[in-house]
Amino acid sequence: MEIPGILIYAMSMAIFMGIYAILALGLNIQWGFTGLFNAGIAGFFAVGAYTSALVTSALSANHLGGLDLPVPVGWAAAMLVAGLVAWPIGKICLRFRSDYLAIATIGVAEIIRLVIKSEGWLTGGARGVTKIPRPLASDNYALSELSYLALVVIVLFCIYLLVEKQLKAPWGRMMRGIRDNELAANAMGKNIERRRLEAFIFGAAIMGLGGAMLAHYYRSITPEAIDPMIATFLVWIMLILGGSGNNRGAILGVVVVWTIWSMSEFVTDQLPEEYAIKAKYMRVFIIGLMLQLVLRFRPEGILPEADQKSAQRRK
Amino acid sequence: MLEVDQLTKSFGGFKAVQSCSLSVKEGTITGLVGPNGAGKTTLFNLIAGAFQPTSGSIHFMGKDVTSLSSDKLFHRGLVRTFQIPHEFHRLTVLENLMLVPENQLGENLLANWLRSGQVRAQEELTRQKAWETLEFLELTHVADERAGNLSGGQKKLLELGRTMMTDAKLVLLDEPAAGVNRTLLRKLEEKIQILNKERGYTFMLIEHDMEMIEKLCDPVICMAEGSVLIAGSFAQVRSDKRVLEAYLGEVVGDAA
Repeated sequence: MEIPGILIYAMSMAIFMGIYAILALGLNIQWGFTGLFNAGIAGFFAVGAYTSALVTSALSANHLGGLDLPVPVGWAAAMLVAGLVAWPIGKICLRFRSDYLAIATIGVAEIIRLVIKSEGWLTGGARGVTKIPRPLASDNYALSELSYLALVVIVLFCIYLLVEKQLKAPWGRMMRGIRDNELAANAMGKNIERRRLEAFIFGAAIMGLGGAMLAHYYRSITPEAIDPMIATFLVWIMLILGGSGNNRGAILGVVVVWTIWSMSEFVTDQLPEEYAIKAKYMRVFIIGLMLQLVLRFRPEGILPEADQKSAQRRK
Repeated sequence: MLEVDQLTKSFGGFKAVQSCSLSVKEGTITGLVGPNGAGKTTLFNLIAGAFQPTSGSIHFMGKDVTSLSSDKLFHRGLVRTFQIPHEFHRLTVLENLMLVPENQLGENLLANWLRSGQVRAQEELTRQKAWETLEFLELTHVADERAGNLSGGQKKLLELGRTMMTDAKLVLLDEPAAGVNRTLLRKLEEKIQILNKERGYTFMLIEHDMEMIEKLCDPVICMAEGSVLIAGSFAQVRSDKRVLEAYLGEVVGDAA
């Protein structure tokens, strides 16, 4: 039985969407609920990817780790380490106002990227980490893709439930309050610094998981993958376009943006070689244009933040 | 209950509050009046922990609270409203109130999973309390509206409503009457008196509406140019020559 190529392509697209959706949910906690302008998603993504890679891959002379532990342990470690890295960063940077926080986090992500690139004993340097095990892999390529897709969907669903529950809980209400009016939230007894740090770490841990899942999908990870365009700004566009503050909006934004992003690659690949290279930049342009249009005509995104109605119990 | 001693706050070279000393006794509704720019709101911000004083001290319930932050003061029973409404604009009106109570179990990330039954029960109580508050303020019809969409007067009511969601001992009200219509205003006065008598709230309020001050407040403190001119009953303060001067300028004093 021959699986058509288009189906395999669709599966790989869906896997990417699932992974990006996890990143977007992580950002939604930070930006959508709490108003933290984290422009360093790539940093936490990288920490997660490398942590899981080092924990689960076999011993190698090229890099540290090689503990050969099961993949779920690697993913848990990815979340834990990304959260731990976020802690001191948040402690220092969250004191800044939102625009300065953005600058600080870009800087931090860049530092993380450079450390990963240059500290070869730890991360394998430019060659990165290879032979990362893929869970549920089999000899059949299509089947491997399908089972990994199923795994991504399950993990995404769990993360969605986790984030959605926290948003609906008093915790989410408090974070949205802090986002809307810091001074008033402080006067109502909320400890702004601590709560922001909570949201920052929570979001970063989820971003770490997203990074880990991508590393296991690629079966390798190199510093090339920590490109701020792909790992930070694309996620931002997805969230803003879909609707920040709305978890379903975040996921929808991922689907829309990733579809356009990868379809446009099809189109540019059809062009003659000399144009194809130029056309690559058109893809970035189209995404940017879309963001502009959304911000102009629908600034709250496709699915805006929903009001938490009180209808269920009215006196 | 509240002792402010020689409090000074400078912004650059400008002293908004200057060697200001006053006290608020438990159980009173203390009025704070004074011309615009007298430093009343700055004083509130200092007492409530939004600003740090340049010098001087503040004692609340016998303890030094001079450099405590707003959230810590809230937990000690001091809550304030804002002159310009500071609503949580993307939260619904009901949520604005439900956010306020302290020690909400559901504000703990893990408790939402481990003790979700308790969290839900507590939420139900909070929701009920918020509804009662809305009923009193006659805001039930906008319960599900985003607070940012309310009118100026409604936002002021919401500010008062938030203080009613607490077990505060001292409530600082910054111009509660501004922008509120007359009928509602009378009700507001009534409610302040009820909260004062029945729930034992002590109030300190800044107000320009002298009718309200006369009806509610004893004592009344008058500030001018960052410090206290006089403290006493409304009649005493009103008849004080320095108060007239502060409000109307010295020319009138001479003419009288």
